[in-house]
Amino acid sequence: MDRLEYDVVVIGAGVSGSAVARELAKKTRRIAVLERESDVCEGTSKANSGIVHAGFDAQPDTLKAKLNVQGAKMMKTLSKELDFSYKQNGSIVVSFEEDGREQLQELYERGRQNGVEGLQILSGDEVRALEPALSDEVKAALYAKTGGIVCPFGLNIALAENAAVNGVDFYLNTEVVKIEREQGGYRILTREREFWAKVVVNAAGVHADTLHNMVSGRRLHITARRGEYCLMDKKTGGLVGSTIFQLPSANGKGILVTPTVHGNLLVGPTAENIGDKEGVNTTADGLARALLVGARSVKELPVRQIITSFAGLRAHEESEDFIIGEAEDAEGFFDVAGMASPGLSAAPAVGVYVANLIQARFPAADRADFIAARKGIPCMAEASREERKRLIAENRTYANVVCRCELVTEGEILNAIHRPLGATTLDGVKRRTRAGMGRCQSGFCAPKVVEILARELHKDIGEITKSGAGSTFLNGYNKETMSASI
Amino acid sequence: MRQDIVIIGGGPAGLAAALAAKEAGAKQILIVERDKELGGILNQCIHNGFGLHTFQEELTGPEYAARYIEKVEREKIPFLPETIVIDIGEGENGEKEVTAMNKERGLFVIYTAAVILAMGCRERPRGALNIPGFRPAGIYSAGTAQRYVNIEGRMPGREIVILGSGDIGLIMARRMTLEGAKVKAVAELMPYSGGLKRNIVQCLDDFGIPLKLSHTVVDIKGKKRVEGVTLAQVDENKKPIAGTEEFIACDTLLLSCGLLPENELSLNLGISLNPATSGPYVNESFETNISGVFACGNVLHVHDLVDYVSEEAAAAGKHAAAYVKEAAGNRPLEPEAEKGTAADGTLKKTISYREETPVVLEAAAGVRYTVPSTLHLSRIEDVQLIRFRVDDVYRDVFLKVYFNDTPVLSQKKRVLAPGEMEQVRFKKEQIAAFPRLEKITLRIEKEAG
Amino acid sequence: MERKEMICINCPLGCILTVEQNETGEVTVSGNTCPRGAEYGRTEATAPKRVLTSTVRIREERGRVVPVKTAAPVPKEKIGACMEALKEVEVALPVQIGDVVLEDAAGTGVCVVVTKGIRG
Repeated sequence: MDRLEYDVVVIGAGVSGSAVARELAKKTRRIAVLERESDVCEGTSKANSGIVHAGFDAQPDTLKAKLNVQGAKMMKTLSKELDFSYKQNGSIVVSFEEDGREQLQELYERGRQNGVEGLQILSGDEVRALEPALSDEVKAALYAKTGGIVCPFGLNIALAENAAVNGVDFYLNTEVVKIEREQGGYRILTREREFWAKVVVNAAGVHADTLHNMVSGRRLHITARRGEYCLMDKKTGGLVGSTIFQLPSANGKGILVTPTVHGNLLVGPTAENIGDKEGVNTTADGLARALLVGARSVKELPVRQIITSFAGLRAHEESEDFIIGEAEDAEGFFDVAGMASPGLSAAPAVGVYVANLIQARFPAADRADFIAARKGIPCMAEASREERKRLIAENRTYANVVCRCELVTEGEILNAIHRPLGATTLDGVKRRTRAGMGRCQSGFCAPKVVEILARELHKDIGEITKSGAGSTFLNGYNKETMSASI
Repeated sequence: MRQDIVIIGGGPAGLAAALAAKEAGAKQILIVERDKELGGILNQCIHNGFGLHTFQEELTGPEYAARYIEKVEREKIPFLPETIVIDIGEGENGEKEVTAMNKERGLFVIYTAAVILAMGCRERPRGALNIPGFRPAGIYSAGTAQRYVNIEGRMPGREIVILGSGDIGLIMARRMTLEGAKVKAVAELMPYSGGLKRNIVQCLDDFGIPLKLSHTVVDIKGKKRVEGVTLAQVDENKKPIAGTEEFIACDTLLLSCGLLPENELSLNLGISLNPATSGPYVNESFETNISGVFACGNVLHVHDLVDYVSEEAAAAGKHAAAYVKEAAGNRPLEPEAEKGTAADGTLKKTISYREETPVVLEAAAGVRYTVPSTLHLSRIEDVQLIRFRVDDVYRDVFLKVYFNDTPVLSQKKRVLAPGEMEQVRFKKEQIAAFPRLEKITLRIEKEAG
Repeated sequence: MERKEMICINCPLGCILTVEQNETGEVTVSGNTCPRGAEYGRTEATAPKRVLTSTVRIREERGRVVPVKTAAPVPKEKIGACMEALKEVEVALPVQIGDVVLEDAAGTGVCVVVTKGIRG
């Protein structure tokens, strides 16, 4: 077994791990990211609300509060620097009870303490003037104009890609099975390889407790909290402009109704603690609950326009706060754990925070050649007529439409495959280009995308997968297993 | 590029419309097709049963398509392959502007007097059915599986459960079985099949494949690839009945749960759609609420037989040609003239029959919709055909037709089913002779009365 | 005396036919509404036949197939044998509609023909 040595090994290529890797790459370090799945953004980061929370929800003086507000403030600049979709659309917390005003006031105060700017309490009529689709039941609301929405894939992939461009080695399909402390560092065993690093960053999502507990006696316990969502057709994305929350309950922030950055309407999530840390299945009850509760916020929820549903797992740690920092009894082992909501909003700040912690303990020199900017994949669907013409003039494949629902062209898919950390799976192409995310949910384009992937990766179409090993689309040829029993 | 008629879609509807328009005298006709070749979905429908009405013989899909493609080639009607229309707009001078893209020409606009929408339909995806469970590989629409097996010679899986008993699902049950897969069950939410009876017999019964009516998939197991599905019986409100769950191990779930007309382009253009069909409302000329834009085939309403698609599309093509003639004031449009350079491009804004108040067709009591939905009396055919579908299975009932409130027809029907398209015909004289006709109503009634 | 029940597929009515065959081979059909039903019942009970449609491989090209059909209906019990025979068939492009790819499929006396013209 060959052994690969690094200064830092980050475990997990979700949004937190990728943000940390990118920040660490600003110094002269040898960094690796180990990811169990076949692509980045395959766990909690791919199945969440895509909200950039304003930051009024978390308890003051917690890491959640601090990093949420910081992260949200960084998001706009970062979205320009790394070219991913972000929009400051504003958040609204609605109350259906007259006496909900007290709770709204509490949130307002908490928000001010957390440093959230521009909060306002509105009456039912005032908030309906802002969002006419809101239910007549809404009696009062908190409006946070700094709330936003982001493409969670776009953010995660951009961070990872940019880290890769700056020399971070990504090892995909690499599941960590064992971590051992070794003089001055850690031996990290995966199924195929052995790694050694002075510093380990544990950003393994719902599995972060398992990894932490391999090296630390101070146990972490993470529960997978499942959230189920329904996504609706782009026809309905204009129903509300802002993200509509209901007053928080014990089970998280409750079920929201929000436009996505791409113009769909999203309803969810439910909150259910489950035993299976791979349990990303939706349930009839969960989906029904998401729709039932979500429907309360607006006059009419367009349930007939659902195009897909999905579930994600939030990594819920008992302490209720993010667990970020060097483990007390494991020098050089840094946790980025319990990254439940607002983990996505906080990610940019988490990267900086963790990089600073590591720099303080294990200093490294600045590097002059860090490339901060990244150019994303051109998007024909959103391009102007002139931009479209220009792209096609540069490359004819931008005129070959592969996914008609989302207007994704061959050019965009080729770009997604051949860029750093390029797509190798159907889901990988989907998250990078939106091919297959539209109303037909890849019925039309999947065979075409599979064909392009096979051609570009020099594989047979039978080897192309949806999301890595075990998820092939095809099973041999006609007439191979015929029985005489017909 | 300037045209008389642009036909969007080169499947059975587009082909028949093109031929009829040509025959009716239209000069510049262009078919825009997103695939490499003409024929549309027929290319993958390799089973037989097509053309009984049109050709009095049983053809396979590719054979049926070939009959039209050969004629289109003989008539030298041009088509743009691998081209996607991304927008249809209304130009300044009554023209339509069709924006399209392909590798050869890039992004370009076609100016045309008339447009025929013939984009067909797509299959309802899993998401629209909101089936709970995991989201692994191995879930296909029946049509996607059909493409793999029949065109690429690849098997999507080996152990199959099919949800929905639409015709494509039934056909694929047989097809996959013949190629060596094991089709374990076909589950249908409704208490009756949505497919043709002949397909139930020849595709399921012949191979002993169980059809489970009033059943649905309530869970999908498998994190990476389908490992099995759970079926459950549903009650009269189509809600799963607890305790009836049955797990079936399989590696593939095929969905054949209905077809949806592809009307995204139509919507952007401002065409009004009938919620019952998800296709445009059309008049007797198969013209939508936007003058000069016609619709036919499965983009208009989902058909059971391709023969009816061809028949309907031919009518649309003929009417589009007549429209072009009137709009252009009998002057042929200048071929291939650049926009703005030829005054001939200007079309007449008022089309005589559109000034008329049309007779409204009303679908009532058991009738889900009619096509057309309005009739201009000056334009109706010598024998005007009205197609419709019913909303449930009916036995021993009467189809009643009322002109205004006067019953004019009572037809005994032994069986009516939502899966089968029905039709009724009226002679032009009968419609024209009725004084002050405003409304024609179709109803399903119990009594002959 | 042999007795079979079946659904007539000629029209949406779906009559449930009872087909009886006595020792002398005489067949009677009941439950039908029209003569077409009787005819269907008789054939289906005594000698059911089907047109088989399938695909055959293209020589030296995996991932593309040519659609074919039996030129006439074949006995239902021969369908498996016909599929088995088609397993071995390979064609070279181009092909035309009607090209024979297999003579006398599985001893039925029926040939299998191409149903789609494909250029090379």
